[in-house]
Amino acid sequence: MKAKLVLGSLAVAGLLLLGACGKQAAAGNSSSSSSSTAKSAKVMAVGSTALQPLVEQAAKDFQKENSNITVNVQGGGSGTGLSQVAQGSVAIGNSDIFAEAKDGVPADKLTDHKVAVVGMAPVTNPEVGVKSVTMAQLKDIFTGKIKNWKEVGGHDEAITVINRAEGSGTRATFEAAVLDGAKAVKSQEQDSNGTVQQIVRSTPGAISYLAFSYFKSDIQPLAIDGVEPTEANVTTNKWKIWSYEHMYTQKKIDDATKKFLAYMETDQVQNGAVKKLGYISIHDMKVSKDAQNKVSEK
Amino acid sequence: MKPNPLFTRSKEIRQDNWGRWLCYISVSILLLLVVTIIYFISSKGIQTFTKNHVSVWSFLTTADWNTGSLNGKADLGALALMTTSFVTTMLAAALATPLAFVIGIYVVALQPKFGQKFVQPIIELLLGIPSVVYGFIGLTVLVPIIRRHFGGTGFGILAGALILALMILPTITSLAIESMRSVDPSYQKFAYTLGCTRWQVIYHVILRISAKKLVVAVIYGVARAFGEALAVQMVIGNTVQFATNLVSPTATLTSKLTTDIGNTIDGTLPNNALWTLALILLLISLAFNLIVKGFTKGDRSA
Repeated sequence: MKAKLVLGSLAVAGLLLLGACGKQAAAGNSSSSSSSTAKSAKVMAVGSTALQPLVEQAAKDFQKENSNITVNVQGGGSGTGLSQVAQGSVAIGNSDIFAEAKDGVPADKLTDHKVAVVGMAPVTNPEVGVKSVTMAQLKDIFTGKIKNWKEVGGHDEAITVINRAEGSGTRATFEAAVLDGAKAVKSQEQDSNGTVQQIVRSTPGAISYLAFSYFKSDIQPLAIDGVEPTEANVTTNKWKIWSYEHMYTQKKIDDATKKFLAYMETDQVQNGAVKKLGYISIHDMKVSKDAQNKVSEK
Repeated sequence: MKPNPLFTRSKEIRQDNWGRWLCYISVSILLLLVVTIIYFISSKGIQTFTKNHVSVWSFLTTADWNTGSLNGKADLGALALMTTSFVTTMLAAALATPLAFVIGIYVVALQPKFGQKFVQPIIELLLGIPSVVYGFIGLTVLVPIIRRHFGGTGFGILAGALILALMILPTITSLAIESMRSVDPSYQKFAYTLGCTRWQVIYHVILRISAKKLVVAVIYGVARAFGEALAVQMVIGNTVQFATNLVSPTATLTSKLTTDIGNTIDGTLPNNALWTLALILLLISLAFNLIVKGFTKGDRSA
């Protein structure tokens, strides 16, 4: 009797669980291939935390005008965004890097929508006494050949390199522009702009790199080869460390997603939220970059 | 014809049956959940070895972590991560345990009224603070202090262990209080009647009798410390290497997981390798559970 009960309850639980899974899978499928007949539509955007504030702000404004469309924005990292959109579990995958640059992502099955540009620059603790370096010096610092700030004209202070997490979009952009294939020195790794900013500000001799929007008065952005990290220099590629912010979708997308992506490219967003939040508008770019980091005139 | 009440099920019996079914169903859902989670993590975790052909031996015995996103060659060794996890956890337990036991003695044997009304709730309040808050306090307050007094960058095992000690203090304290309180009060009265001093009662009666449970309390604390990710990640420095001292940056299993998981693609080597770390964590916490089981087995008072 008892054994039967246990078996029975196991079977019941199993069925319940299977049922729940099945339902979820079905819901996932229907949302990605969504129908335009539905009155209220949902758009799910997941991925890059660097892009998240912009998409969140744009989604807020977008929903004011389109009350029947709900746009859901989540973080999780570029890798998560690309994985999820490739699997079709979300409509939009936000990423700091080209899908081609990530192993395991079927880039040919995705459509790239570039919505903004982000400039990044090396930043140091203001106490190190250096305001400008050459590209070669910067490479030597991040590969561990230069170990003290006095070697590049600063104070006698050991250099503490703060890197970004392996595989992060920001790190990929920085290494492509600065390291040129060399291996970075073994160092601290942090996974968010906020933490990096906090650590660089408070750690003597610290160097890292941040998006322009994270510059604060108590950290020192470095000029490279005499070029200042400014938005104007990014638009002409005089400043080399920059990347697109991508919103990837499947090839076939529903109307709500299409509408939202079109909205992202309007002047209202590009001159509004994009600039307000410290990104650079794609309309301002005078050059373009491809997945192999080749830059060409627009 | 009215059915004979002796042969029909009464409302109470039906209630009984209903309750029993409810229990069975809840327990089986729980069992299924645990089994599926273990299956999921294991199946993902072993892919590093089955699909990507990393050798198990080198994974467990080397210390370099480089998923090969740069030059295409991957070195994956979890030894440094495991070592740091162990050292940090043990140090945290070593710091928290004496404090927890002393607080326990105070609450149980010295000032039961004040202890129960004020000290215990305050300690338990610590449990409700989210770990990111601990991490942030560690990052902004503790790390600079350590840097000033112990050198280095301030990031490292010492910062991690101090934060963890604070986080597991309430766990160990609550369990210690409970186990000391479960000692039969008549033993204490006996001891006092025999002329024991208060310290003799505490040491020879309370601590002796509850010793086994106190060990279990510490193991629970250790298990919690081992699995904590976010707070540690913020202060440990996240550099995969053996720490040369307590203030050199290093990384734990959990901090590596938290830092990297969002940047990896499902089904690729970097992602699988992280699942393997998760599998190692799962096995270790399973080991902790078995140790607790072993300790409480012969204990009749448990």
